[in-house]
Amino acid sequence: MKDNVLIKVNGLKKHYNGGVVKALDGIDAQISRGEVVVVIGPSGSGKSTFLRSLNLLEVPTEGEIIFDGTNIADPRTNINLHRQKMGMVFQHFNLFPNMTILRNMTIAPMKLLKKSKEEAEKYAMELLEKVGLADRANAYPSQLSGGQKQRVAIVRALCMMPDVLLFDEPTSALDPEMVGEVLEVMKSLAKDGMTMVVVTHEMGFAREVADRVIFMDEGVIVEEGTPEKIFSSPESDRLKNFLAKVL
Amino acid sequence: MDSIIAWFNDFKADFILNFVDQQRWKFITTGLKNTLVITLLSLILGVFLGIIIAIVRSSYDKTYDEMRGGVKKFLFSLANGICRLYLTVIRGTPVVVQLMIMYYIIFASSRNSLMVAVIAFGINSGAYVAEIVRSGIMSIDAGQFEAGRSLGFDYKSTMIYIVLPQAFKNVLPALANEFIVLLKETSVAGYVTIRDLTMGGNIIRAATYSAFLPLIAVALIYLVLVIFFSKLVNILERRLRRSER
Repeated sequence: MKDNVLIKVNGLKKHYNGGVVKALDGIDAQISRGEVVVVIGPSGSGKSTFLRSLNLLEVPTEGEIIFDGTNIADPRTNINLHRQKMGMVFQHFNLFPNMTILRNMTIAPMKLLKKSKEEAEKYAMELLEKVGLADRANAYPSQLSGGQKQRVAIVRALCMMPDVLLFDEPTSALDPEMVGEVLEVMKSLAKDGMTMVVVTHEMGFAREVADRVIFMDEGVIVEEGTPEKIFSSPESDRLKNFLAKVL
Repeated sequence: MDSIIAWFNDFKADFILNFVDQQRWKFITTGLKNTLVITLLSLILGVFLGIIIAIVRSSYDKTYDEMRGGVKKFLFSLANGICRLYLTVIRGTPVVVQLMIMYYIIFASSRNSLMVAVIAFGINSGAYVAEIVRSGIMSIDAGQFEAGRSLGFDYKSTMIYIVLPQAFKNVLPALANEFIVLLKETSVAGYVTIRDLTMGGNIIRAATYSAFLPLIAVALIYLVLVIFFSKLVNILERRLRRSER
């Protein structure tokens, strides 16, 4: 049987300027298979840095990240192979503007998983169908609305059949009326049992979908627990303060 | 009316003297051929050199902070240093001087002046192409790079499949401009005994003691070439842009 813990983070630190700025200052966390973890916190709290460290877009200064049994923070690990299993969705979508939607979704499976064009396109179309964008397969990103772009970005990540999806403030760059459609897709993913780590300001989403909420401030995890516990009976003053501002 | 006819007759005589007699037009056509060969070959060399240097320079700037030291970092720093030295020297000296150094010093034993010119112009052009391509790579949003990496592409594949195609599109006008500059710069090839287009006109002028027609003809040919290539690039550019709308 596979270990139920998918990602385990031990003593993760990220310092800038030789330790003057401590974006992450000793994070211990673990994420189980099928779990939806939402990371909240004030801006500058290190939550995005934490998320980006999980697939080494930020190289940690210190600490371990055990992903599926391998310490990927070790320079000797081939991070590219592990990143194939960790999809990422960005605040600004980061679709490739010079490629069609379909090409955006198939380039990685074709080049990295050596899938045939037909196979990759078939799977991509199934996913597009699910998020209601099959008719836009041959459009270019600039022809899509923000919400549509983010839905494409999500299914692009899914095309690699990842074990976990990392969301870096996926709705922060969207017009308010488009937030809902993206959250819907994320909810249905959660329902399907996808492991997700979500950095977001959408407290409604955290409350409704999260299995666990992590509250970060100043580079450390201040409090974590079920949504009920975090939102209804916060313990630390920092969390109470934060919730008073955002709710 | 008479004066027009007289002028026309003069022109005709001048034309025959400069281009038809003793098949002097051949100096122009061979010259044109040599100019085009030098330009195209040195462009290929220049773009090749330029892309490599641009990748070294921009990769160095992008990843230096994250490199973990050791031999690799040292070699990378060394490569970057060599590239910078190359850019400084090549951009800091006139192309005619570089051409003559190549011909009279470095390849002094070679009599294939055409190939020497290709190497000299190619190395010269490479420096400018490198900076053009580098600005193109730097103009691509860091998010594109991260998106590529997050899908599992390594640094090289991200460059090849995601960054360079977009960068190329952005720098195409500047590259076309470099090509046109290069075409005109080859007119100094006569310094190393190459019979390019300009030299061809010069030979005719020296033989016929008539300056007007050979020089104007040479100028017109350059102009037509430049207009033709500009048009070609415009078409290519439009085709590349179309995909984004």
